[in-house]
Amino acid sequence: MKKIEAVIKPHKLDEVKEALHALGVTGMTAYEVKGFGRQKGHTEVYRGNEYTIDFVPKTKIELVVDDELAPKVEQAIVDAARTDKIGDGKVFTFDCIGAVRIRTGERGTDAL
Amino acid sequence: MPAIDTGSTAWMLVCAAMVLFMTPGLALFYAGMVRSKNVLSSTMHSLFAMGLVSVIWAVIGYTLAFGKDVGGLIGGLQFLGLGGVLGSATGTGTSAIPTSVFAMYQGMFAVITVALITGAVAERMKFKAYVIFATLWAVLVYSPLAHWVWGGGWLMKFGALDFAGGTVVHIASAAAALAAALALGKRTGYGTEEMRPHNIPMSVLGAGILWFGWFGFNAGSALGSGHLAGSAFMATNLSAAAGMLAWTLAEVFTGHKPTVLGAASGAVAGLVGITPAAGFVGPMPALAIGAIVGIACYFGLRLKSRFGFDDALDVVGVHGVGGTTGAILTGVFASLAVNSAGADGLLSGGGLALIGKQFVGVGATIAFSFTVSFIILKLLDITMGIRVDVDTEAGGLDLAEHAETGYEF
Repeated sequence: MKKIEAVIKPHKLDEVKEALHALGVTGMTAYEVKGFGRQKGHTEVYRGNEYTIDFVPKTKIELVVDDELAPKVEQAIVDAARTDKIGDGKVFTFDCIGAVRIRTGERGTDAL
Repeated sequence: MPAIDTGSTAWMLVCAAMVLFMTPGLALFYAGMVRSKNVLSSTMHSLFAMGLVSVIWAVIGYTLAFGKDVGGLIGGLQFLGLGGVLGSATGTGTSAIPTSVFAMYQGMFAVITVALITGAVAERMKFKAYVIFATLWAVLVYSPLAHWVWGGGWLMKFGALDFAGGTVVHIASAAAALAAALALGKRTGYGTEEMRPHNIPMSVLGAGILWFGWFGFNAGSALGSGHLAGSAFMATNLSAAAGMLAWTLAEVFTGHKPTVLGAASGAVAGLVGITPAAGFVGPMPALAIGAIVGIACYFGLRLKSRFGFDDALDVVGVHGVGGTTGAILTGVFASLAVNSAGADGLLSGGGLALIGKQFVGVGATIAFSFTVSFIILKLLDITMGIRVDVDTEAGGLDLAEHAETGYEF
């Protein structure tokens, strides 16, 4: 099993979700995060006071899939989330060593 | 007794309610500019003034301001507890209003003046210390100043013009705000941490309510309904409008985007600037005053970083700079043709005399309010402490001081 974490632009969440849905992914977790990469932040001005905002709002998604599906998921996220502008985000893939569906006690890929 | 004019009385009842409504407007204006962890603390400063100062005004404030003059400095105690107010009339000839209406109308000014100060103490003052400060300030600073300017005191006799409270309300509150910012010290993290406004639409709504209420504040200062109220109403709207345009243009010409908070602040600056002049100037001078004050306040905001005090929500930059500029400009633009009870300013052929008097009014107000405010705050600091501890400041005053939070996310 692989765990895939992706940081994407918030407005791309729906497109990414649809793309993964099309691949047969049955579940994922998404949450609002703040961060920065090469994009850095931006400047906001309130009554002449300039604030450099380092942390930019992003959406992070997490999902665990079987090994075979993982590369397709990775590519689907990249395709769906790309705008070709700086700040599109990143996708990380990890080995996942366990999974349990709490209701039934199923383990491994059966729990996904 | 002069005859009660029912039209004027009806108008002044409405004006009193409109000026009261400015204070929750100010609460929104200020609260939107603090961080979300202090939204209730900031709101409570204004809200509580509506309760606290209303009571103080009824018990002692009104009589100190409008009782029989004692040496030009303070009113006597004839109206202690608002005694003798019912059944009497204020005004002359056929345009008098009941003194009860006048007393309530003036009380609303005391409420908002105290609330205005709180922009400077935001995010770090102990609530208990604020309540005691507000009580003492309303009695020891506001009431005497109102007497000086409106109650038959020395500035009134001297001939300094202040139609609706440029000195008594705006300069006085700004001088107290400066004293408070200095006595409290800077917020922890000031200059290093982000202290962005947390809800600008809230501030914009507050500014809109202020603009609305300001018609009661300025046009109501005619103390009747007629030509003078009409001209003050007109001047008020034009100055607010010009202030907004001027501030926004100043932003654009200094290389910034036109900001929403800037547009709202510019309108408030225009309103502050026209306050002393509202009943003494025609429409085009009102536009000029709004524009000049809008630009003056835009640059006035830089005073705090220049001199290193943490006037959190720019009471000095907007009300101090705006009030002072407006008071001086009253000496430039005032015209007897607009109001025969006023005076001719520089551009109406009155020479520099009125400007000189305006400077005296401004200087006396700043000196008196700053000095007494600073002494009160220092005494409170020694006895009970005026500033919350560092943990409270970090966690937010809402939870620590009021056991509430503004938002559930």
